[in-house]
Amino acid sequence: MAMKVYGDGMSACVARVLLCLHEKETEFELVPVDLFACHHKLPSFLSMNPFGQVPVLQDDDLTLFESRAITAYIADKHKDKGTDLTRHADAKETAIVKLWSEVESHHFNPAVSAVIHQLIVVPLQGEKSPDAAIVEENLEKLGKVLDVYEERLGKTKYLAGDSYTLADLHHVPYIYYFMKTSHAGLVNDRPNVKAWWEDLCSRPAFLKVSPGLTIAPVTN
Amino acid sequence: MGGGIKVHGVPISTATMRVLATLYEKGLDFEIVPVDMKAGAHKQEPLISLNPFGQIPALLDGDLTLFESRAITEYIAEEYSDKGEKLLCQGCKKVKATTKVWLQVEGQQFDPIASKLAFERVFKGMLGMTTDPAAVEDLEAKLVKVLDIYEARLSKSPFLAGDCFTLADLHHLPIIYYLMGTDSKKLFESRPKVNEWIKKITARPAWVKVLHLQKQ
Repeated sequence: MAMKVYGDGMSACVARVLLCLHEKETEFELVPVDLFACHHKLPSFLSMNPFGQVPVLQDDDLTLFESRAITAYIADKHKDKGTDLTRHADAKETAIVKLWSEVESHHFNPAVSAVIHQLIVVPLQGEKSPDAAIVEENLEKLGKVLDVYEERLGKTKYLAGDSYTLADLHHVPYIYYFMKTSHAGLVNDRPNVKAWWEDLCSRPAFLKVSPGLTIAPVTN
Repeated sequence: MGGGIKVHGVPISTATMRVLATLYEKGLDFEIVPVDMKAGAHKQEPLISLNPFGQIPALLDGDLTLFESRAITEYIAEEYSDKGEKLLCQGCKKVKATTKVWLQVEGQQFDPIASKLAFERVFKGMLGMTTDPAAVEDLEAKLVKVLDIYEARLSKSPFLAGDCFTLADLHHLPIIYYLMGTDSKKLFESRPKVNEWIKKITARPAWVKVLHLQKQ
């Protein structure tokens, strides 16, 4: 039976999982969850993910949540198929992939998601204006992270080395949304980061997933 | 590999403690290379070459250099899977996948809130700064929602990923340890399953050894 992914393609965290499934050439069924009608807060959904968030993955009798746990699971289950996303054959290489995946989780994601929340999500919710102080603080943090990436990507083609891995993939949806804001210069002004991003968004898996990333900034 | 493991860090750092606990669980020999944080050594050589983010810990094992504590612990748990305590359940597909979930829950749901609370309650004092009571109240309100989910989870299994202690439990130890020394401990003690879990994981000999390092 094909894996089921609960969520919508416009969610960055869902897109992270969809990218992985496409890279792994794995069939799946996308089961929409109406976030605007708060279906992710219903008991039936909470029984799958008590944190009430998308995505959720069902694979036979296994139910998983947290997008980066799901991608790790898919990459491991299908390690002999499609793109090698974890460099599983070499323990040292696997560790470097995990390292840069943790960098995405703990350095990149908090800063970029705070900016996107203010510039894209808050205006959609319609109740208040973006908090300029939060945007400025997080743009500064993001700039410092991208400085590290600029240096790293001057030495290797991708973050964890010379091949595309989960460490790169996990960044893709939020960078895609970030590039729709007026702060795309943070990426474009760093030649190595820019070249890396252009490579990531030329991948066939990305071209299949990006049409679903439909949220657009209302104000900048 | 092994035998020449070096950890650049200090035993009071939560991230360093996470790595030290893992090394002790595995019964591995290692050397701590202290980093003088007060003197800003973490932003200078040699550490800045090991970790471009200028943070501790960094780990050296042969010619491998790693940073990010949770990448280091996973490397140790997998590379030395046949030594010491089992920290990842390799055999069972379901438990292996569930461990991945709860590793992420710690990193994405628990730590962002709990580490800020520990900063307010504990580390600000060490740095000569003042705790912000409004921030504490806000963070505790967020943390209880997460701990309610943990209470429900730990009502189904003794540890987060299932019947065995795994890295998913271990990763929580440093921040929980610090918060249990503050008034925030009431959030944990008032939830019976969470409280029982904390008593179990903090009693582990490996963790006791980490705390002993702090006293030296």
